[in-house]
Amino acid sequence: MKFRGKADNQRVELQMTSMIDVVFLLLIFFILTFKIVEMEGDFSIRMPLSDAAAGSMDDSELPIKLRMRATPDGQLASMTLNDNSLGTDLNLLRETILSLVGNNAGPSVNGKGPEVEIDTDYNLRYENVVNAITAVSGYKVGEETVKLVEKIKFAPPRRE
Amino acid sequence: MRVQSKTPDIVEADLTPMIDMVFQLIAFFMVLINFNQTEANDNVKLPSSELVKPVDKPLDFPIVIHVGQDGRVFVGGEEYTVETLGNRFRSELAVLNAQKDLTDADANVIIRAHKDTATGDVQEIIRVAQDQGLENFALRVKEDRR
Repeated sequence: MKFRGKADNQRVELQMTSMIDVVFLLLIFFILTFKIVEMEGDFSIRMPLSDAAAGSMDDSELPIKLRMRATPDGQLASMTLNDNSLGTDLNLLRETILSLVGNNAGPSVNGKGPEVEIDTDYNLRYENVVNAITAVSGYKVGEETVKLVEKIKFAPPRRE
Repeated sequence: MRVQSKTPDIVEADLTPMIDMVFQLIAFFMVLINFNQTEANDNVKLPSSELVKPVDKPLDFPIVIHVGQDGRVFVGGEEYTVETLGNRFRSELAVLNAQKDLTDADANVIIRAHKDTATGDVQEIIRVAQDQGLENFALRVKEDRR
């Protein structure tokens, strides 16, 4: 029987080049596809079509009407809440809503509760509407969110 | 004068720390990569609001609509106008109705509109969706942590 001679101190060299190639490719792929995730959330709006036609007024609550007017270039020109002129002050809007809603504020029970109808000019920039929805929906005290009006709907679009 | 011997020295660079680092980087980017970004559209910069919270569970049967700054409407990578959007909603609802125990009212229209777009364009989309029997809408905004 033959024994193979022991190779003394034979160094096995790993071929690193190809691995490093692949690893760098992976790294470049992940760097290029990397995008900082922005947290996103929703304002929920329930707007069934039948609601406008049927006009269910059994809870004897008409929606609070928020009229938003725009300048020709789409900036907020003025706001009117149930015929109270508010200018462009969102804090004033929030306070007015707070005084109007009073104790009824908070999460709506069984879909009831105060409702705000937003009626805007066609060309008003969307950001302004979102700011108004934010002011109407509630406010933050520290980390806590105080909810005011949860039901929000839009009036039919005003054609230019 | 000393003459250096000409035998070539093999200089071996120690690659171990570099490979360690590179693997760390790969692991970092792999963990942070977010494939949900398919929902996003490059034309849309969302407005921000301090009140919204990131959604805990995904909405039932979402129909995501992107509205660009110039009022262009995208659904699923295709461009639509307010007139043609109705057909899209109809085909989405046909898919929905093929599933059991879901009605038209269960669908959620997620509107991702650019912050500078005209609000009227968003209202038109809502009107078209209402005509097709949809009633749940979600205005998607960015969380503002100020």
